[in-house]
Amino acid sequence: MRNFLLFAVFALLAGCSSSQTWGWYVINPTTDAGWTNVKFLISGMGATILISLIAAALSIVIGLLVALPGLSEKHGWRLVNRVYVEFIRAIPLLPMLFWVFYGLPIVFKSVALNIPIDPFWGAIITLAISDSAFTAEIYRAGIQSIARGQREAAQTVGLNYVQTMRYVILPQAIRRILPPLANQFIYIVKMSAFASVIGMQELTRRANELVVTEYRPLEIYTLLIFEYLILVLIISAGVRWLERRMGADERG
Amino acid sequence: MPDAAIELVGVNKWFDTFHVLKDINLTVKSGEKVVICGPSGSGKSTVVRCINQLEKHQKGTIRVDGVELTDDAKSIAAISSEVGMVFQQFNLFPHLTVLENLTLGPIKARGLSRHDAEERARHYLDRVHIPDQAHKRPLQLSGGQQQRVAIARSLCMEPRVLLFDEPTSALDPEMISEVLDVMVELANDGMTMVVVTHEMGFARKVADKMIFMDAGEIVEEGKPEHFFTNPKSERCRKFLSQILQH
Repeated sequence: MRNFLLFAVFALLAGCSSSQTWGWYVINPTTDAGWTNVKFLISGMGATILISLIAAALSIVIGLLVALPGLSEKHGWRLVNRVYVEFIRAIPLLPMLFWVFYGLPIVFKSVALNIPIDPFWGAIITLAISDSAFTAEIYRAGIQSIARGQREAAQTVGLNYVQTMRYVILPQAIRRILPPLANQFIYIVKMSAFASVIGMQELTRRANELVVTEYRPLEIYTLLIFEYLILVLIISAGVRWLERRMGADERG
Repeated sequence: MPDAAIELVGVNKWFDTFHVLKDINLTVKSGEKVVICGPSGSGKSTVVRCINQLEKHQKGTIRVDGVELTDDAKSIAAISSEVGMVFQQFNLFPHLTVLENLTLGPIKARGLSRHDAEERARHYLDRVHIPDQAHKRPLQLSGGQQQRVAIARSLCMEPRVLLFDEPTSALDPEMISEVLDVMVELANDGMTMVVVTHEMGFARKVADKMIFMDAGEIVEEGKPEHFFTNPKSERCRKFLSQILQH
């Protein structure tokens, strides 16, 4: 890993000196033009983060609501869960994004609802729905991993279904749910790049627009990749901190 | 208060095609201690689990305090407030402290204030002889202590009937007596108890009625003095000779 990083840094630095292939000037923050470009690229960060956070929050809620019928003893409820998960999981993100952004407003209009869908909410809805099928499965596995006796004990001390979930099952399941859930957040951050194709001004859209004017795809997309890398590394660190905190709590 | 705390009439249950309970009739009077024994797979745990609705019976009626059990949520809620349960595997909540294990039900299901619930919890922790472990987690305690906490947790709901499903079977031998001692004390205090166990010494000491089950049926039922010395059925005699051999 360390060798690979050294090599990567070396390759980039080498690129800096031979202007044949690399043209770092385009994003060189020490020049006025370069700094303007860098600021332009980074300015998409806020939108990427906001879209991802809202989509993840929605996905965490929808996923739980989809997972619970999947844990029911009743066949009909489990079927609801299966149909949702299989159906949503099968749709590629990009077609779903098109359907939501271009198609859904027509559906709304046909039932006399005037709900416009802008790129921001179009991206959030698509990411949240698409991701919720995966979060639902994560919840289901996590909850099922808690021994049946826990639910029975909760029932015998008078707790109802919601209380059992809230005070007994979910607090124990969360340790098993959190790490895969965090992976899904990383997935959302990366998939939010698709929002660029419906005109959302986020990281990837900014990079595309700059490439069109500067004709320097290599440098600009390299910076773009590093922008995502930094975002994801920060999230990973946050998750590890959370896991440690909860782990300590468990032993305590 | 009806005389029969628990009444099972013609109770049948199937797991798919397997007939686990066959025409079970059983009456437990208020204050009575009933001990159920039998070989594994005989359905004795299932009887107890049907009484508190952890399992649903398919035929027959079960009445607790005169109220017939149906499988709607209200009936389950009513049962959990009348019937306490102690499990073989303790089933304490590992993410909560001992005190929180005891107060969760009273606070959330009964609406007690935290102060009252904790007071009640400490009272019952005293009663099971572990007053000083309230802030530990269950997994920091020994098996015997854990099971006594589980008994205290049931008592905190102040049930009319306490069910025990092989409460000492998961314990190391040296911890069995500390749990049985607590159970004997409860019996002496007049608690109505249904106990599934193979601890025949305990049964002799507290049981008002002995029940022997085999293959989903109640094969023999009687007062302990007759039950142990002069069992009527061959199956029961054989079973008793096997578990009392050593």
